[in-house]
Order: sequence, then structure tokens, then C-alpha cells
Amino acid sequence: MFEYAPAPESRSVVDLKPSYGLFIGGDFVEPGDGGSFKSINPASEEVLAEVAEAGPGDVDRAVRAARRAYDEVWGPMSGRDRAKYLFRIARIVQERARELAVLESLDNGKPIRESRDVDIPLVAAHFFYYAGWADKLGHAGFGPDPRPLGVAGQVIPWNFPLLMLAWKIAPALATGNTVVLKPAETTPLTALLFAEICQQADLPPGVVNIVTGAGATGQALVEHDGVAKVAFTGSTDVGRQIARSVAGTRKKLTLELGGKAANIVFDDAPVDQAVEGIVNGIFFNQGHVCCAGSRLLVQESVYDEVLVALKRRMAQLRLGDPLDKNTDIGAINSAAQLDRIRTLTEIGSAEGAERWSPPCELPDRGFWFAPTIFTGVSQTHRIARDEIFGPVLSVLTFRTPAEAVEKANNTPYGLSAGIWTDKGSRILWMADRLRAGVVWANTFNKFDPTSPFGGFKESGYGREGGRQGLEAYLDV
Amino acid sequence: MTATTTSARSDLSEVGRSEATLRTFLHGLPGVDQVGAEQRAAMLGTRSIKTTAKAWAIDLAIRMVDLTTLEGADTPGKVRALAAKALRPDPADPSCPAVAALCVYPTMVPVAASALWGAASAPGGSAGGGSRTGLLGEPVDGGGPAAGGPPVGGTGRVHLASVATAFPSGQSPLEIRLADTRAAVAGGADEIDMVINRGAFLSGRYQQVYDEIFAVKAACGDAHLKVILETGELATYDNVRRASWLAMLAGADFIKTSTGKVPVAATLPVTLVMLEAVRDFREATGRQIGVKPAGGIKTTKDAIKYLVLVNETAGEDWLDPDWFRFGASSLLNDLLMQRTKLSTGVYSGPDYFTLD
Repeated sequence: MFEYAPAPESRSVVDLKPSYGLFIGGDFVEPGDGGSFKSINPASEEVLAEVAEAGPGDVDRAVRAARRAYDEVWGPMSGRDRAKYLFRIARIVQERARELAVLESLDNGKPIRESRDVDIPLVAAHFFYYAGWADKLGHAGFGPDPRPLGVAGQVIPWNFPLLMLAWKIAPALATGNTVVLKPAETTPLTALLFAEICQQADLPPGVVNIVTGAGATGQALVEHDGVAKVAFTGSTDVGRQIARSVAGTRKKLTLELGGKAANIVFDDAPVDQAVEGIVNGIFFNQGHVCCAGSRLLVQESVYDEVLVALKRRMAQLRLGDPLDKNTDIGAINSAAQLDRIRTLTEIGSAEGAERWSPPCELPDRGFWFAPTIFTGVSQTHRIARDEIFGPVLSVLTFRTPAEAVEKANNTPYGLSAGIWTDKGSRILWMADRLRAGVVWANTFNKFDPTSPFGGFKESGYGREGGRQGLEAYLDV
Repeated sequence: MTATTTSARSDLSEVGRSEATLRTFLHGLPGVDQVGAEQRAAMLGTRSIKTTAKAWAIDLAIRMVDLTTLEGADTPGKVRALAAKALRPDPADPSCPAVAALCVYPTMVPVAASALWGAASAPGGSAGGGSRTGLLGEPVDGGGPAAGGPPVGGTGRVHLASVATAFPSGQSPLEIRLADTRAAVAGGADEIDMVINRGAFLSGRYQQVYDEIFAVKAACGDAHLKVILETGELATYDNVRRASWLAMLAGADFIKTSTGKVPVAATLPVTLVMLEAVRDFREATGRQIGVKPAGGIKTTKDAIKYLVLVNETAGEDWLDPDWFRFGASSLLNDLLMQRTKLSTGVYSGPDYFTLD
């Protein structure tokens, strides 16, 4: 037996403070009218730090600081100079990559393998990419001299705390806006470490402000008069509320919401790689991915062999300590999310779908959920319609390419889709017909700053990444 | 597992009957996506193997080494020296296991046999009584340490492999390749490493490749047959998968990546594809086939990456010298050096290990 001995990444690179204030106007400040809350390690339920909760007054202070920085420094600054700051931030992110990765895994519960190899390199890549745009906005296709909007209020989720921060802050700053960002209440710590990086980069005070807190803080930010642009990534329900509150104002809005992506496997697919793609599609980041391939559509003629191979592969997944470098599946981010996953999977069993998980020991403390698949699922099952946001895969079948398209599109969402086939022409035929913002062919969950990302239907509107990502922050 | 093999389970033995059935079968195997296969191999290469797991892996890797000398300048002296090292890789540490096999050219087989097993198993002898029945998937019985010979680690005696069939090009008439094989077996080799006819394979003459492997297997008698695909010359992973199946169908006991004589030798993704092939083949036929990456594996770190690949692709059944080997000459000393580092806590220099 080849039992891998534990290979934990050291926590000593992270210098956690017992408590954190709000980052407003370039300094960490005490909240004026808010309280505080604790951020815990979901893998152990240990309290990591106490974090300030911003009240409406604090949000107002942050927006004012951002407005001042926009009017006095950042707005008038040349694109070349803004680029220098962004490049500097990107380089510091690379230099402090290990520290950021460890803290991300501590606070979020995701495996260090992913924060180290995926999240943090992409964070740096986004800052590098948008730094390159800062002095070339006139060539981006939005007119000779597109103008920034002002203060951007940004609210991000807990699944990729630092990556979502980069997706929001990098294009906003490159285009000349200043930002007030609210990280999710369960994962605020890397945003606060990013605030220290802004200080280290000598970013002018007020250009980036971080207000921590829960839903009320986010609401205060979204509804603040001084905010010219709202960007939100999170659940469709909250997205609806934000769209309502922004309606009728002059604020620009982009929303990245839920998804229920179809991962479509044809009978001529490279089976071993397709199985890797299925696993990566749904078990990457414990399934806490809005574009996760949570609906597997397998052509009936290869159903049996794909299922055998998938189960064999799932039995190889290593669940446990997120800081162990060999861990594939970490902890569920919060008790609330674990409850939601449990509720929905129980509904799946009650509806008659067949549930399977590999033999898997779950740690005693913390929030854990074994990788799970449901077979015998049909489109009418709730587990085929609702976003579960956990390591739970629903397996459906189809007979023809047209049926695959029909089933894949038969969802209120439209964020992503995957196609597995050896036939190039079929990939193009499918991609034309799938109502999804991203269509991956023979791969899944691949991100790149040059590639626009966003949804159809209830998955939101607007695009992040690429040249298109600039548009959301420009007056065009 | 593939649809093709599932439906063909009952008549896999018939596949080699004609060019047409062979071609249909091999081209019906699922494709390999290059990007995906390389990503998977790269990901497995990031596994972090420490402490007890590392110690275990190093000892296993030593037991899996086919200690090899394949030079035009090989002499009996060189082969005897290497045989001594195969039996006792680390003279300073009796707990260090012996390697799996010594691999030499056919002319050196008698020398190697007497060096490994003593006069009793010299040419024409009983070859130490190592009865091998691996064809049907039973564990191969190594026969135990040769009587009177030095103690060996691992599960059995050190095997004697020989590269036959006009190694490394394979470009000589079949009768000569078969004679080459018979000579090596008669000299005492209990494992034969043959190269396939890449020219025939690449030009689509699968039947010819099949028949040649089949004929060599027959010439091997009781000796184990390792079929070298020379994956660097096959160029695509689809070809690697097809060649793997072709070799297994024709009777290979092992499939091996390379001769070590072309620029691209063993790589992790190629080994991944071959491990998938042996895994699927066992599911289809019940027969277990071994895998041997060869060439270019020089460090302990690399060797451990291969073991991780075996563990997470084919499974732990293959984590055994009977089913996985390293064709390497310079790997052993690095394994010994890392082994000493783990037991003593400090690195010793190359001078502390023998150069044979």
C-alpha cells in the first residue's frame, strides 16, 4: 500500500492578527457604527481572527474616501502611471504567493494545491493583464478616449475570495475607477492581506477600500448614492435584490450569478480525459464554483463505461486537511452551506435518484461532505435544476447531439458548458447552440484573464476578463 | 474500459486473426486527448511524498530497477561488476534490497548468469529454477534466492534480462531476431526485452507487428517478454495506446516505453497512457501486464513521480517489481543516496556509492 505521509504546508508564513479593522483611505481603521464578527477555519472550526463589521456610516466613509481619491489622484492620473501601480501589485502578489495561498486555504477550506497552483497565479495574471490595458484604453474599441465611471462598489463571494477580488479590482483600477470592495463574511482575510499589499505598493490612499461585513454591509454599499458602478458575484437571489435596488438609478451594474452547467460527453470522447474533466468540473474547489459542471450529460451508448471509470477515479480523490499538499478535496466553506448541500442531496434521494459516494472518512471537526454522484437523474429532479454549490454531480443521459443541446439549454441558468468529443465539427456545431457564456471543449474550469467570462439568463449579465471586461468600468 | 473491449471481451483472442480485425479493434480504442493526458500527469507530479512514504517508495523503487548496461564497449568485467551491484546495491547497508534484474546484451548473458547465480545456472543450467507463469496473471514466482548466492532483498532472486531482437533498431530479418532471442534465453536470460518493428507499425501493418511479437513470445519459452514500443518514435498518444494493446494482445508480459537510444525516452504522460492500457486490458481479459518506463529517469524525485502515477492510475496491484520496473542505470545511485539521507539525516557525496 502506498499511503502518502502527511505533507502539510507550513502555517508560519502567515502572520495573522487577532483582529482586523476596515481598510479605508489607505489605513486600517476601527469601525464607527458597526460591530465585529469572527472568521473561522472551516476545516477545524478554529477562530482565525476577529474582523470589523462595517455599518452604513463606515460604508459612507469608504465611498467618500474612494471618491476623493478618484477626483484628486486616480482619475487624473495617466494610464501609464496607473499601469505601474498595477504591475507593482501583480509582482508583490507573486512574491507573497505562498503567504496568500496558505491564508486562502485557512480561511476558505480549499486545498492548498488549488490555491497555490490555480488561484494565486491567476490573481497575479489578472493584475498583469489589466495593467497592460491601462495605457491602451483608446485602442480597446470603446472610442478614442473612454472615461472611467467613478467609484465602483464591488461585492464578492466566498468561493474564490482573492481571485474574485482580482477580477473586480484589476479592471476597475486599470480603467481609472476607484473601488470599495466587500468580501464575503466567511472569507475576509485575504482581502485584508491584499489591503496590506496595496500599502506595500504605495497605492494612493483611497483608491482601494475594503469594508468587511455581511449582507447588510453589502446592501449599504450597493445602495450608496456615491457609487457609480455596482459589480456583484454571488447567488442569483441576492443578484435579483441588487438589480431591484439599482433599477432606476444611474448606476451601471454587472452580475455574475449561479449556474447549473452541462458537461456533455459524447461516445467518441477520449474517455480517460473526459473523466478527468468531469472530476475537475464538479469536484474542483469542492464544487463551490458557479460554472461547475454539475450536470453530467452522457451519451447513452457509453454510459456504463463512463460511470465505471468515473467511480474508479472518484475513489482516488483524497479528502482532508486543506493545508496538506496532497489533498484533492477540502472543507465546505461554512456550516450554512453544508446544510444546504445536505438538504438538496436528501431531496435528490427522496426524488428517487441513486446516490453514490466512494468510501471516504470525513474528519471529526469542521465542515465536510464526501464527493457524491446521483445517477438516474432526470430533468424534472430538483438536483438537476437547483444550484447545489457543493461536490455533488447529477448524471443524466442523452441519445443525439440535438437532444444534448436541448437538455443542456433547459435550465434557468447559462454560465458555462463543456463538450467532450473527438470531432471538431461537432464542437463548433454545439458551441453555436449552447446558451452559455463559456463553452469548454475537451477541458473544463479553465480560466484566463484574456478570456471574457459571464452568463446568459439567470446567470447574470456583463462580462469580466478580456477586453470585454473593460467595458463594465468605462463610460461607453 | 472501452466499449470496444467490453463487446469484444469474449473474442479478444480472435482480434489478431486478420489485418482487418486488428485495425478495426485498434482504431476503435478511445482516443487520448494530449492536453488532458499531459495535465493529469503533471498534476500527479505535484504530489508531495515525504518521510515514511518516501522511505517506502525508495525501497520499492530500488527493488524495481532493471540495472542496465547496454554499451558497445561492454565487457565481462563490466557486467560482473554490475551484477555484484545488482545483488548488493549498498554494501554499507545490508538492509538495502537488491534490484529487480540485470539487463545486458545477449552476448553478455552467460557472464551475467554466472555472476548473478553462480556456476549452477551458467549457460545450459536450470537458470535457478525460476519458474515463471505470469502469462495468466498469477504473481510471478521468482524462485527465491539462488542457492549459495549472496542474500538478496525483495521477494525473489535478481532476474536476468537481455535485450534481443536486433536491439535497438529492430531492423533485421525476423529469423535473425528470433535467433537472437533464442540465444539469449539459452544463455540463461529469464526476461527478454524486444523492440517492436516501428516501421511496420507506423505504416499501418499491424498484423506484421502482431505476428512478430507472437513469434518472439514463442521463442522466449518460459522467459518473460517485455515489448519495447519506443514511444518517442510513435509520436502520438493514440499510437502509444494502440501499440500497447497490440503488444498485449500478441502476448507481451510487460510493455516498455523505450530503448533509451532515441532522444525522447520515458515520459510521465506516455507512462500514464500505458498504465491506463494495462488497467483496461486487465478489466477486459483478466490478464495483468507489467509496465516499464525506461530511459531518462535519473532521480529519486522522478522515480517517485512514476510510483504516484502507478498508484493513482493502475492501482496498487501494480506497485510491485513483478508489475512495474524502471529501466535505468543512473537512477540507482540517486535512490541509494536519498535512502542514506533518510536514515542518517545527512547527504553523503557520490564517492560513498559505487560507480559500477
